[in-house]
Amino acid sequence: MSISAPLLFELGAILVALTVLGSLARRFGLSPIPLYLLTGLFLGTGGIADVPAATGFVETGASIGVVLLLLTLGVEFSVSEFSESLRRHLPSAGVDLVLNAIPGAVAGWLLGLDVVGIVALAGITYISSSGVIARLLGDLDRLGNRETPAVLSVLVLEDFAMAAYLPVLTVLASGGTLVQAVVWTAVALGALGMAFVVSFRWGHHVGRVIGHPEDEQLLLRVLGLTLIVAAVAEHLHASAAVGAFLVGLTLTGPTADRARMVLNPLRDLFAAVFFVAIGLTVDPSDLLPMLPVALALAAVTAVTKIISGAYAARREGAARRGRLRAGTALIARGEFSLVIIGLAGASVSALSAVATPYVFILAIVGPVLARFAK
Amino acid sequence: MDVEETLLPGVGLRYEFDNCDGERVAVVAYRGGDFEVFLCNAGDPDKAQRLFRLREREADALAQILGAPRMVESYVDLTKEVPGLEAGQIEIGADSPYVGRPLGDTKARTRTAASIVAIVRDEQVLASPGPAEELHAQDVLVVIGTADGIAAVRQLVDQG
Repeated sequence: MSISAPLLFELGAILVALTVLGSLARRFGLSPIPLYLLTGLFLGTGGIADVPAATGFVETGASIGVVLLLLTLGVEFSVSEFSESLRRHLPSAGVDLVLNAIPGAVAGWLLGLDVVGIVALAGITYISSSGVIARLLGDLDRLGNRETPAVLSVLVLEDFAMAAYLPVLTVLASGGTLVQAVVWTAVALGALGMAFVVSFRWGHHVGRVIGHPEDEQLLLRVLGLTLIVAAVAEHLHASAAVGAFLVGLTLTGPTADRARMVLNPLRDLFAAVFFVAIGLTVDPSDLLPMLPVALALAAVTAVTKIISGAYAARREGAARRGRLRAGTALIARGEFSLVIIGLAGASVSALSAVATPYVFILAIVGPVLARFAK
Repeated sequence: MDVEETLLPGVGLRYEFDNCDGERVAVVAYRGGDFEVFLCNAGDPDKAQRLFRLREREADALAQILGAPRMVESYVDLTKEVPGLEAGQIEIGADSPYVGRPLGDTKARTRTAASIVAIVRDEQVLASPGPAEELHAQDVLVVIGTADGIAAVRQLVDQG
């Protein structure tokens, strides 16, 4: 085995750049995600520094990053939280979907994107960033507020909606027809139902098989199982991300708590690599002409998120200020919009040029607006 | 007193109640075991002011100061792991036939298959009480078993 010094150096330099930018962002109470994107943008083609040796690793790491993002999300949520959110906030989820997916779809249509691009852009404007927002609510001490359950419920429902949406997008992006997309969505929903049943009835058995007193064993088991399920899902065009999400859902109780603990550092690393990879695939010179479009779309969908968030908060009985807080909290888009760009960006080149700056803008503006809405 | 319980998906649970001064107190129980205590703002009823945060052990200490009912919580955690298993609290009424008699006389385990795992008396918790433990009026039994089993114990201590 020969150790590649350029690989180690370039990777180390990227990580150092990420930590400098990340701590800067945290100091101002912002999400580091946009700065990770920016790092990727300045690297590679058209950027200021080329990283030929690290590119291979970043690209490989990116797909692991997507799997880990969805796995940890699945571990985070339980079936009872989903059903409780669904019971209380089904109308909120409907308003959220209609108000926020339609502007994306219309923008895609106006930009002359094909069906894949339109569906992808609708998803990108729809899904708020649960990672950014959950952290934000904690930082701003809002967990005791009346509107907070509404915000969290909307996030849960959006994330579960992704489990149905991602297979559609995967099939369409790989050149499948609408009928195939519908079939695979049905398969994905069936798998989701199965994961629910497994997690609800046999969650403790899954925990016994996967669980091991040693952290190292637990990590290897969870990761190995997840990667295999993700690979099978991807092979069946049901999206690796959905496979990973389903594995996460089946983990419950103490096993889930421990899995969270051992997986989170790994997720942080590979998710950062994924964000860099998204920036890396975009050529900065393609971005400038699309910037006004991205800004306009960001402005429109910031307003629609405020409306849908306020609607959800009203259902919890929050007054005017609480509704505004809920609405602004939900503006931030982040990791899942980027997952969608990652899935569809390769087949629709115009998509990443408009969607990457869009996510960049809202990942910065969202938390700032949420902070101002006291 | 009404304690309102709200699920915070991905975070934990929130308990809310109004105290005697009409202030709204909210407690967020994180899944990791930490707690945060909030007091709702008078000007904006939806906004809660964070008072303090407690680690798991600190919360235990505070709970022991304030009383013992937290005992039940840890059993509730246990019951989440095993489908069908539930925890319940049963108070011994003053007219219960078992007041002043040892716990063993109820033969609760044999007759209902549910187990009495603790007795809460005043501010004390007697964990794993033996059959010779004498029952007093106003004792609270912490019972673990199936829903039917717990109901059966309730009937047993009420009516013999």
